[in-house]
Amino acid sequence: MTSIDTIVGELEARFDDIALEHVRAWKQAAPNRLAFGCLPVFAPREVLWAAGALPVFVRGGGDRLETIRGDAFYQSYICHLPRSTLELGLLGHLDVLDGMIFPNTCDVIRNLSGVWQSTFPQHVVRFMDPPQTAEPASAAAYLHHELTILYGELCALAGVKATGARLHAAIADVSDAHAAARELAAARCEQPWNLPIDEVYLLRRAADSMPPPAWTALARAYIAAALARGRRPEDRIRVCLVGAFCEQPPRALLRAAERAGCYIVDDDLTLGVEPCGPDPEVGAADDPMTAIVLAWLRASRPSAVRYDQHASAGRALVERVRHHRADGVLFAAPSFCDPALLDQPRLTRVLDQHAIPYTSFKYSENTGQFQSIREQAGTFADSVKLWGTA
Amino acid sequence: MSDSVVEKEASMEAQKELLAGYFARLARARDEKRPVVYSFVPGNLVELMSALDVAPVYPEVNALQSAMRQRSGGFIREAERAGHSEDVCSYVKCDLGMLMKGNVGPTGDTIPPPDLLLLSFTGCFTFMKWFELLRDQYQCEVAMLHVPYVGDGNVTDAMRAYVVEQLQREVIPKLEKVSGKRLDLDRLSELLARSRRAEEDLAWVFHSARNRPSPIDAYFGGVYYIGPIFTSFRGSEEACRYYATLRGEVEARLTAGVGPTTPGGPLLDERFRLVVEGPPNWTSFRDFWKIFYDEGAVAVASTYTQVGGSYERGFRHDPSRPLESLADYCLSCYTNLPLPQRSRILADMVSEYEADGFVIHSVKSCNSFSAGQLHMLREVERLTGIPGGFIESDLVDARYYGQANIKNRIESYLQMLAARKRDGGSAPRPPVHLQVLP
Ligand code: SF4
Ligand code: SF4
Repeated sequence: MTSIDTIVGELEARFDDIALEHVRAWKQAAPNRLAFGCLPVFAPREVLWAAGALPVFVRGGGDRLETIRGDAFYQSYICHLPRSTLELGLLGHLDVLDGMIFPNTCDVIRNLSGVWQSTFPQHVVRFMDPPQTAEPASAAAYLHHELTILYGELCALAGVKATGARLHAAIADVSDAHAAARELAAARCEQPWNLPIDEVYLLRRAADSMPPPAWTALARAYIAAALARGRRPEDRIRVCLVGAFCEQPPRALLRAAERAGCYIVDDDLTLGVEPCGPDPEVGAADDPMTAIVLAWLRASRPSAVRYDQHASAGRALVERVRHHRADGVLFAAPSFCDPALLDQPRLTRVLDQHAIPYTSFKYSENTGQFQSIREQAGTFADSVKLWGTA
Repeated sequence: MSDSVVEKEASMEAQKELLAGYFARLARARDEKRPVVYSFVPGNLVELMSALDVAPVYPEVNALQSAMRQRSGGFIREAERAGHSEDVCSYVKCDLGMLMKGNVGPTGDTIPPPDLLLLSFTGCFTFMKWFELLRDQYQCEVAMLHVPYVGDGNVTDAMRAYVVEQLQREVIPKLEKVSGKRLDLDRLSELLARSRRAEEDLAWVFHSARNRPSPIDAYFGGVYYIGPIFTSFRGSEEACRYYATLRGEVEARLTAGVGPTTPGGPLLDERFRLVVEGPPNWTSFRDFWKIFYDEGAVAVASTYTQVGGSYERGFRHDPSRPLESLADYCLSCYTNLPLPQRSRILADMVSEYEADGFVIHSVKSCNSFSAGQLHMLREVERLTGIPGGFIESDLVDARYYGQANIKNRIESYLQMLAARKRDGGSAPRPPVHLQVLP
């Protein structure tokens, strides 16, 4: 078994490789390989992978990068993610990518797609607006049409034939990765003392830019090594972390929250590479694109960036809390993030109804000071331990 | 929209009456058993709503009207006390705060609760979050119309077909259910034909600004002009009459060589012609406008007057293909367009209206407008060779409006434009400061 230190060392190195040298190496290792950047949150991974394009989630530069030129693009009341993403591009760190996919996550990412078109004309830029509609038939037809066009374009760019067989194979690879992600989530839920948030986070961030089969193997190796640690549980409360699905909190902030007395047993940090519902169900004779479309429409995990058709996001959060045996919820939203912040009052209302304690704070990806957040998380943990409420 | 303009013209009186009548009818809607449907201005389907005799309510309009009457601050504070973040769109908080305070509208009449929330998801992501919040409060049905963002600037057949299908399968059935009536497509076409008539007149009014002096202010005056057509009156005879009257007044000013009517009287000395991007500030609307007209600055074109329909750029509802035409309308609203296209529209307006400069008013609330505007500033400067001005405040949250600072910035920008005119276009542009004010 690979040692946990070796695995974590590899994960650290990948995380720190903001110039995406590992993506470059992967592309150069075989012909017809492409890499496409995907802004948070949702991207058609199977379609990209089927065309031979590595999906590379671009979740900003975090605190690994000083944002200078990117700041000149945005006013002070816009979140930080587009600034550092532009900084990455302007520094040439995204040159290895052949194009970028911008999903309709929010108006900031939507408008960033336009900034990107004029700032990086060398990139193929595609905007994906997956259906938000409550009307399934028109949604399915529209999404099928959009994904088929994208698939055709990508295959033409890669110089490969757009076949159903490639899609079938990609669905299988991504579904395997999802299976490993579910195993990881289950292991963390059971033994968070052996799978600390910092490492789990690094592993999930590795999924952002690794070929799915390679990540599946790495994840399983990590789970085995972490569970073999045999650490003892500490007296900490268990929490779900909610709202950090796009701009990422600094790793140190996640560590600080855990050290302040919490085990983060569930989070929405890396939506996009996480399974959000059943995987595409596809028989050998079925149209694989239809299966991908239906999986999208059936995605059961609510998120602030998808229309909450059944007004079920609050209930779903309560279920997540119960499922993960969490004692409470930490709402962590990027400053000026409309989707995350507008969701909070709806969610907290339902938590109140179920007497589930919560606390909330805002951050930005380059926050350097966590003292107040650490204290807040610590106070929260203490009061939940003492009184079962915040 | 407000009674703050001192020199009243017939169209202003007509608009005031339209609005008062609208709010009074709304207050009676329950008694008259008229279903109430809330919706948004960009991509609104008012002809469809009128064809089914439902009463439309636009929460954004309530918010801006509350702000013009200095009531938005209290509503926003109320929403923030209830847990809404200071970071998010102030329209949403103003609306929620008004609801918490009994939903008494800007004219003092109570706004009835919705029977249906018609979520036309056009040009702004926050709309979706806003109606999720309202649905929680009212526990009523939502009809979601997902209008795809036109990411590369081209409206495709697939987009149009998708919107039409949603109209047929989702929106119309839900509207029919609350109204208890079947949609009569002929009636819809009649309404669209009237929309088209009014749109022709409105477009003519905006195009009149190509003249020197411009007989209109296409931003500060323009927000009054768009009032009826962006909201409940498109498709009505009253709207046709209003726009015919307005056009007549503008024609008369044009013939007389008179500039736009402002709160300070007719503008007689047009010194600067500007194109303006972004929504106005509503809490200090009159003071904001004064900064410009005191300096003889006239907005000859604006983008805000295109958020609820791109009539100035040629869009017309088409009664011969009613649903497709509604789809095209939703898809082509200004904020549903990508930034490169928005920049080109601005640059084209600068040249078409022979503007001396352009000003971007960036509002803290609105990511849909504001995220990327600094890039647009540089793009439009590149495309036109003219330096732009950049100012910041908010829509309905007075805490972010700083009169002195904005005045300072506009004055120095205009001085720079004056120097450019004198020097043949070489004066440097004042720096852009990136701070929310004050
Ligand atoms: S952090 Fe929020 S507002 Fe910013 S890009 Fe992401 S989803 Fe949009
Ligand atoms: S974000 Fe902008 S467009 Fe959207 S609701 Fe707020 S003010 Fe309106």
